[in-house]
Amino acid sequence: MAFLSNLISGISLGSVYAIIALGYTMVYGIAKMLNFAHGDVIMVGAYMCFCAMNYWGLPPLAGILLAIIICTLLGIVIEKLAYKPLRAATSLAVLITAIGVSYFLQNAALLIFKADPKVFPSVVTLPNLRLFDGSLIISATSIITVIVSAIIMVALTLFVSRSKTGKAMRAVSEDKEAAQLMGINVNGTISVTFAIGSGLAAIAGVLLCSAYPTLMPTTGSMPGIKAFTAAVFGGIGSIPGAMLGGILLGVIEILGKAYISTELSDAIVFAVLIIVLLIKPTGLLGRKINEKV
Amino acid sequence: MKKLSKNAKSNAVTYAIVIVFYIVMQILSGSGTLSSSLTGQLIPICVYICMAVSLNLTVGILGELSLGHAGFMSVGAFTGVIVAMSLQASVASGPIRLVLAMVVGAVMAAIVGVLVGVPVLRLRGDYLAIVTLAFGEIIKNILNNLYVAYDAEGLHIRLLTAISKSELAEGGFMIINGPQGATGITKLSTFTAGFLLMLFTLFVVLNLIQSRSGRAIMSIRDNRIAAESVGINVTKYKLMAFVVSAALAGMAGALYAMNFTGVAAKKFDFNTSILVLVFVVLGGMGNIRGSIIAAAILYVLPELLRAVNDYRMLFYAIVLIVVMLVTNNPTLKNGVNAVWTALKGVFVKTVPVPEEGGESDE
Amino acid sequence: MKLTKALALIMALAMMFALLTGCGGSGNSASAPAEEPAADTAETAETAEAAEPAAEEAAEPAEDVMVFHIGGVGPLTGAAAIYGNAHNNGSQVAVDEINALGGSIQFEYKFEDDEHDPEKSVNAYNALKDWGMQILVGPTTTQPAIAVGAEANADRIFLLTPSASSTDVTDGKDNAFQMCFTDPNQGITAANYIKDNAVGEKVAIIYNNADAYSTGIAQSFTDTAAEIGLEIVSTTTFTDDSANDFSVQLTEAKNAEADLVFLPIYYTPASLILAQAKDMEYAPIFFGVDGMDGILDLEGFDTSLANGVMLMTPFNPWGTDEATANFVDAFVDAYGSKPNQFAADGYDCVWAIYEAIQEAGITPDMSNEEICDALIATFTGGFTFNGTTGNDMTWSANGEVSKAPIVVTIQDDIYVNN
Repeated sequence: MAFLSNLISGISLGSVYAIIALGYTMVYGIAKMLNFAHGDVIMVGAYMCFCAMNYWGLPPLAGILLAIIICTLLGIVIEKLAYKPLRAATSLAVLITAIGVSYFLQNAALLIFKADPKVFPSVVTLPNLRLFDGSLIISATSIITVIVSAIIMVALTLFVSRSKTGKAMRAVSEDKEAAQLMGINVNGTISVTFAIGSGLAAIAGVLLCSAYPTLMPTTGSMPGIKAFTAAVFGGIGSIPGAMLGGILLGVIEILGKAYISTELSDAIVFAVLIIVLLIKPTGLLGRKINEKV
Repeated sequence: MKKLSKNAKSNAVTYAIVIVFYIVMQILSGSGTLSSSLTGQLIPICVYICMAVSLNLTVGILGELSLGHAGFMSVGAFTGVIVAMSLQASVASGPIRLVLAMVVGAVMAAIVGVLVGVPVLRLRGDYLAIVTLAFGEIIKNILNNLYVAYDAEGLHIRLLTAISKSELAEGGFMIINGPQGATGITKLSTFTAGFLLMLFTLFVVLNLIQSRSGRAIMSIRDNRIAAESVGINVTKYKLMAFVVSAALAGMAGALYAMNFTGVAAKKFDFNTSILVLVFVVLGGMGNIRGSIIAAAILYVLPELLRAVNDYRMLFYAIVLIVVMLVTNNPTLKNGVNAVWTALKGVFVKTVPVPEEGGESDE
Repeated sequence: MKLTKALALIMALAMMFALLTGCGGSGNSASAPAEEPAADTAETAETAEAAEPAAEEAAEPAEDVMVFHIGGVGPLTGAAAIYGNAHNNGSQVAVDEINALGGSIQFEYKFEDDEHDPEKSVNAYNALKDWGMQILVGPTTTQPAIAVGAEANADRIFLLTPSASSTDVTDGKDNAFQMCFTDPNQGITAANYIKDNAVGEKVAIIYNNADAYSTGIAQSFTDTAAEIGLEIVSTTTFTDDSANDFSVQLTEAKNAEADLVFLPIYYTPASLILAQAKDMEYAPIFFGVDGMDGILDLEGFDTSLANGVMLMTPFNPWGTDEATANFVDAFVDAYGSKPNQFAADGYDCVWAIYEAIQEAGITPDMSNEEICDALIATFTGGFTFNGTTGNDMTWSANGEVSKAPIVVTIQDDIYVNN
């Protein structure tokens, strides 16, 4: 029973990682850049939802919508100002810019919202699920988190495989020049990807803070790094990979804590990652790219 | 022949920058005009310059992104602390203990570098980056649970369970106490030691780059397959660069630890690795002199910005973004160049200086 | 050479910045700065702006008053920013009150950010030295305080930290004093209290093993529990990097049938533990230490979760004594929220220094070393202080404070003394 309960916590934590990882992986797949500011967009999303519900008295759903809209806009603005001018630069230059953006967002949030942590209001008000005469209790938040994540993953997969924009995104990630020759607006497609990734970040922020309700300017950074790890774990650039990587990372983290050592749980997570990468150097579902000579 | 002299000249300029920096600081501090703030920053500046130069070897010269450089720094720091504190009774001279600490720290960091490098260097690009990040986090986590004490019977090293004072023989003391880290370190680092370490780091890195091995390493960066096809042992040279870089970071770590009375694993996290990476990228990949200048300036910058209080880190972030944009966007770069030329025209009325060769930042 | 150009530009910009904002920086050595209050009023005003009121009264000291330069160091940015901000605000309230008294002793106060990093903390300390700091209130947190303590000891600057609670902060440094309990002291007192009052039979501990404060208390609690025969059934940890999911730790405690969970941690993770325990329908007694103080002020926190939580704290913001009531009112006026123990400790530090200066007859034209020695002699020489975090506080020769901890229970959003 304890195992089941741990497993469920792991899946719930992993679902949050998975949604954040999706944002990383989509942007990476298309722009070939590690968007280190992604974790901080999550934080902005969570603050927006918090403000909407606590200060402006909006219902939870409206708060989430507002967060999505603002994060999407933020993503577009960041992309236009900070990343677009560097389209031709090395990926490392963009990486450092992303770190700059991350510092900027964190410190701007610190100035606006101050350092005191805020407790995120409960978006889910359903009762807990009790199974086996109360020996297994699953919180409603975990269930909602998993369900929402699943819906997003399915929707995103459909979007990328079926819609015109999704096809353009895949084409750009495959080969920018060729895509351009086929009449695809490469810059526009990259911007759209950023917008979607940032919108997802808002949802991730709300889910993260619903499950673990403290909100600080640094809230997004550690889950961001872990989700980035998850994305690489699953094979960066691959959407199913990000989902799988995220969920596995969450499960390993919780089970490692429960059955090996709480002291060394971080080391365990990262050690598993290293072992997986040594066996499968491009991650679980990553494609092996043949080098051109 | 011409190429050689060009390299020699470029090296001389690099050394000269470091030496002049040292002399100027010494004169200023001798005459008492150096502020306490800057005096206190001198050793950290030396440390970060060494970190940046050594990371540049991995990132710029070998062309592999490493996000765990602080991990090697922490190995050097903690080993150095253990060495220096255990020898407190037997070796009286501070400088000798510092050197021993730095040497053992470097050796230990090199060993860890080999352990990490052998499996990891098979990976490419961002996968390698994430594994170095993971490695740095693992090291941090382990060091957080490491307990080391010293008494008449020698060193006691334990993982996970704390060592209590009562278990130690008379006169025994804790060296590393889990998350509390090492406390009670005797401050051994001096600016001169930092200066010498900078010279040593530069000497090792510049000589490596301009040696046969260095050219082999750069050929791997430029085109691995081509390098392999002309018979270069890719694994060997990759490992060489990686391990040298780790050892130098270990030395810098030991110097760093000896500059404070306390040092904890928390310091050597992802953010510190990133900080050093920022120095390298901003200074120019593969550009050693750039790393030195960037590390020094970017280290001092947040301190200069103390005057703007709450907005300090916000400005730092903006400066970072703007500089990256200006140095990497063709349009902006030309704009700045134009301003620069105009300024130059006003202040210095000389013929344009020919572009510096040697190290280029692709 | 485009890089050098860009860097030169930043440097130039940064220099301009530094000059424009009048940072007292280079060339201003630390000796005898007392005679130049005018040059620094701009900065005081700047610091005080954040604090809104009281800046006006503080600005113009009369000719014959003695102005002391009091520095503060703590995290204003980064993950530990809450503690540094609370400390800074608390100290600021005390400085404003002292200056408003209009007595002959006036304080100029400046606080620098250290990001909770020993290295930055030493930098912040050095920057304050350039400003002319004579007495240091800080650093807020333990590791920075250890590093800065050694520097201050070498420079002979008196240091009183509000909340850096490890014994390493004061060990071997005659100039370093604490306003808070030491970590071992808290662990010992908590274990004894639980045993003596039979608060719980089976104890589980959850602590942050990447944090010196938390580990220090947990260690001494465990040792004491073994000595006095208090049964510990489960010990689990977390780190700052994994401080969101506590299901494993709580499940283990629950399965071990612990009826009391000891939480030697700060209130932010504690709030998560309370919420997750409720989700698991696990309701032991939660017993916290002074880091738990502040949990009721978390914006948006469902305070009913904290009902029945016991904690050991030196400071009760609902306390009815005059000192506490005055401080809480002044703090709420200035910052709009109730102070926590970090703020109260910061506030007490400044007042303690003020009273010690009076008692020792210190004047600002004395050198830092003379001030330091005089304050050490006063603090260890029978000086007693009544503040918001305790009455009749005295200090031992090694810098530790002696005051009585109180254990309170949270009931309906206030602390009730036990």
